[in-house]
Amino acid sequence: MLDVKDVKVDKELDVRGSFCPGPLMELIRAVKMAPVGSVIAVLSSDPGSSKDIPLWIGKAKFEYLGAFPEEGYTRFVVRKTH
Amino acid sequence: MPTRIVVLGGGVGGTLAANLLARGLARQDVEITVADRTGKHVYQPGWLYIPFGQETARNLVRSERGLLDRRINLIVDDFTRIDPERHLIVADDGAALPYDYLVVATGSRNVPEDVPGLAEAGHHFYSAEAAAKLGEALKAFDHGRIIVGIGGLPHRCPPAPLEFLFLLDADLRRQGKRDRVELTYTYPIGRVFTIESVAEFATPILEERGITYETFFNLETVDAEKKQINSLEGTTLDYDLLVMIPPHRGAEIVSASGLGDEQGWIPTDRNTLEMKGEDHVFAIGDATDLPVSKSGSAAHFQAKVVSDRIVEAVTGKPSGNGHYNGHVMCFLETGNEQATTMNFDYDHPPEPPRPSRIYHYEKMLFNRTYWYIVPRGIV
Repeated sequence: MLDVKDVKVDKELDVRGSFCPGPLMELIRAVKMAPVGSVIAVLSSDPGSSKDIPLWIGKAKFEYLGAFPEEGYTRFVVRKTH
Repeated sequence: MPTRIVVLGGGVGGTLAANLLARGLARQDVEITVADRTGKHVYQPGWLYIPFGQETARNLVRSERGLLDRRINLIVDDFTRIDPERHLIVADDGAALPYDYLVVATGSRNVPEDVPGLAEAGHHFYSAEAAAKLGEALKAFDHGRIIVGIGGLPHRCPPAPLEFLFLLDADLRRQGKRDRVELTYTYPIGRVFTIESVAEFATPILEERGITYETFFNLETVDAEKKQINSLEGTTLDYDLLVMIPPHRGAEIVSASGLGDEQGWIPTDRNTLEMKGEDHVFAIGDATDLPVSKSGSAAHFQAKVVSDRIVEAVTGKPSGNGHYNGHVMCFLETGNEQATTMNFDYDHPPEPPRPSRIYHYEKMLFNRTYWYIVPRGIV
């Protein structure tokens, strides 16, 4: 199982306190602007993110590196593969 | 020495804030100035109706001077920099306007060039000129596929693309063209609107009217030659006519001043509307980074909060309304002279009622009476 400590993140978005669909929109914006190969993490406290973030990553065919629960929020990590 | 209050931007938020400040500080030693680039006040919600021949650009513009309380100074100049350290705003010609309090109401702008191919190939109605051009294109359009989509989030007036689509569907039916026109809607997230309750309201209407939709479609490029749009998610769609809401950014003065995030939105406290990290600077309307609709409605409610906070700061008397709770109220046209309404805040999502003629007429009435009741603070 992938440990969050093993993943080197190129860009981290802290959108805790922002609500749906804010975290997803922030992630989409960051992925759009990032170079291919980047690893982006988004920190979200919104419950909707656990559904819509992985769903979007799957649809976009990027590499979903996982959701890592922390105290009061979750860290979602994605690699932009194309 | 009078307290100097500068409102940067003469749109709905800036004009209302200035007028409320003039009223609330009538007995104080203050100098209130609105600084605006053009001196013209535009009613942007009217652009939606231009492509259908229901509105003209001329009806949607008035002189800013005529909307401002006579105690307010109006400076029409090209201001290019905000200097929070020295508490002044600077114009292109070097003229500086100092402030004790600053309200940044600089709005947002269309940036179609953020998407390769979009400026050349895409129509939209987010300016009077573009809306008129779109109207011409629609008149000449006989059959094929029209794609209506969102080129980037956030954008002004979240309901407007759906409204345009519903009005277009109704207009094509009226002309007897609808059965030879395919309508498709694209949206960047996994539903047809950012707010879930509104997406749930709108989706059955789209399906009823035979409008197809492609969600999770983040526009990446437009190929004007092949007439195709391509998404970040790897989807390609063909079109015959493209109506794509352009990506938006904050006003250039914000980024040029080294303020604002990557898109030029000002980091703003969601309740006090103070610019984060700065004293005596507030931001309202489209200019903020707040997770509320970029709309006249949000600017309207925010202008009231900011003017109250400044009045309280100057007079020392508590105002009671210096807290913004995310309130937005707007209409959503559903075609055939019907509309619904959305009234919401940070804690309460909207519950749009079944479309009815009453809401449509309410919206029409608002459009007609805006000049008299909104900028001057009657409502």
